[in-house]
Amino acid sequence: MASLSRETLLNIFLTIGMLALPFVATAIDEPFYITLATRVAILGLAGVGLNLALGTGGLVSFGHAAFFGLGGYAAGILASHALNYTPIMESPFLIEGTNQMLIIWLVAIIVSGIGAYLIGLLSLRTSGVYFIMITLAFAQMIYYFAISWPAYGGEDGLSIYVRNAFPGVNTLDPQGFYFICFALLMAGIWLSATLKNSRFGAALQSARQNEERLSAVGVKPFNIKLTAFVISGMMTGLAGALFADLNRFVSPSMLSWHMSGEIMILVILGGVGRLYGPLAGAIIYIIFEFIFGGMTEHWQFFLGLVLLGVVLFARGGVIGLIAGRARHD
Amino acid sequence: MTAALFFEQLLNGLQFGVTLFLMAAGLTLVFGVMGLINLAHGSLYMVGAFACAAVAAATGSFWLGLVASIVAAAFAGALIEMTVIRRLYNRDHLDQVLATFALILIFSEGCRFIFGSFPLFLDVPAILAGPITLPGGLPYPIYRLSIIVVGGLVALGLYLLIAKTRLGIRIRAGEADREMIAALGVDIRTLYTIVFALGAGLAGFAGALVGALQSVQVGMGEPVLILAFVVIVIGGIGSIKGALIASILVGIVDTLGRVSLPSLFGLFMDPSAANSIGSSLSSMLIYVLMAVVLIFKPEGLVSQNG
Repeated sequence: MASLSRETLLNIFLTIGMLALPFVATAIDEPFYITLATRVAILGLAGVGLNLALGTGGLVSFGHAAFFGLGGYAAGILASHALNYTPIMESPFLIEGTNQMLIIWLVAIIVSGIGAYLIGLLSLRTSGVYFIMITLAFAQMIYYFAISWPAYGGEDGLSIYVRNAFPGVNTLDPQGFYFICFALLMAGIWLSATLKNSRFGAALQSARQNEERLSAVGVKPFNIKLTAFVISGMMTGLAGALFADLNRFVSPSMLSWHMSGEIMILVILGGVGRLYGPLAGAIIYIIFEFIFGGMTEHWQFFLGLVLLGVVLFARGGVIGLIAGRARHD
Repeated sequence: MTAALFFEQLLNGLQFGVTLFLMAAGLTLVFGVMGLINLAHGSLYMVGAFACAAVAAATGSFWLGLVASIVAAAFAGALIEMTVIRRLYNRDHLDQVLATFALILIFSEGCRFIFGSFPLFLDVPAILAGPITLPGGLPYPIYRLSIIVVGGLVALGLYLLIAKTRLGIRIRAGEADREMIAALGVDIRTLYTIVFALGAGLAGFAGALVGALQSVQVGMGEPVLILAFVVIVIGGIGSIKGALIASILVGIVDTLGRVSLPSLFGLFMDPSAANSIGSSLSSMLIYVLMAVVLIFKPEGLVSQNG
């Protein structure tokens, strides 16, 4: 029990720290730190999505950039149509662009959910190495499609000239946008916790541990895993929409397999299957990028070394190091 | 599309397929024998290409460069096998993916550090430059034709190695039951290092061959790696025969798709729309092929168990 409460304490500390950060950044007159913290919150949310499939469900998806990018493109495309006052399509029914975040989020969630459903439907027929390679391959397919499809910028990407709007919040103010992202991150963590403790979560964890037993009690593992994969893709897609708004830019690089690797790295750095693992991982990742990226352009060399060290020698990630082994590992 | 153009593109597809096979063979061998998924295989391809370009530039000989590509990639492969990969055989696939992804970051940035971000260029040797006239009057680049021939020879050599030699017997035995052959006194650690270095050497060789057609740059191995994954998913993981069939299939489908889809759509659309739709769809074609294979034969075309 002692180790569990240490993890809870760490979670509370992380939450308070993230809440206080923008005020501290403003007080010491370093507004750029708010942007960094926004990146942390968004990548953390993408990681929370992946963590549901990867940590709870044991589905090693190496293609989550697909959902991240789909969410990003949903935001970019809707915003660009709203800016140009051109409808996305006129027949059979009219669809117009929008710059309202709430609508954009909904579209991003739906689009990435459909993407995850289709990819999951095919790739969940397999498991193990096949699953890794197939999720990677389908993500790459969408990546190449985005590069060769000229309507929305192709290889050059798509700019969002004005950050999209949220009722009652000035999204152009870094603090306002940060708190939107942070609130969604917390909602994502809350959803993960709720799912994990529900009957569905119990079924998902047994699908990871022993599929035969799960089938024997009358639950189809395939449906459980597909549902988890879709919810996971939706969360990552929502993060993608926020990421597009943060950078005011969408490009195929959001869909590239380096992005999949990046999301996976931060889940691993934080601790697989831990509720706050992705957030802890994102904090470390961004700090690492900020410090080493400022010193040398070859910072990814050192990232590689650190990752190698974590995989070979510190498998529980940072939360594992601080809070000890998880109860159910 | 005329018959001559079709035939030329068919040869291009074959050449592409052959280079994919050199990559996929090593990947699938390593998976079949050691049960390891190696993302860093694309880095070994890159190492081979850079070694070839550097040696060719220093000595002026493409052939020395070619030898260097195999030696350098096999050496790099043996090195990472002994330092990192060896620790991963008993780990789950997630750990293997992450550790080999970390190796990619290290290799790519290391290469960028040594050679810089600008692409290097590798010239085709004079004796292989220029076209040759095929029977039927079709001119075709000698270099591409030689890649097809060399790839065919390598495939044959691999078959002989695995089917006829003592090392091949051990490799097959290692695939079937690793505890048993270790108990029979075969040094399994050395065997694994040899298999890994063999796959790495093939990847490096492919990198050097393709390097002379395209440019040699950091990250060049990654698109090929993912295509090689598609190949071994289609062919059946662990099967060299499946890898050969699937890589030629993927090479030809991809090449012909890129040429024919835009003109196919041009039949009923205006040319610019046909061009953009055709080219975006043709870039997805082999993944669609993979999806179709998965639906009907989830274990791949050549199943290891069948």
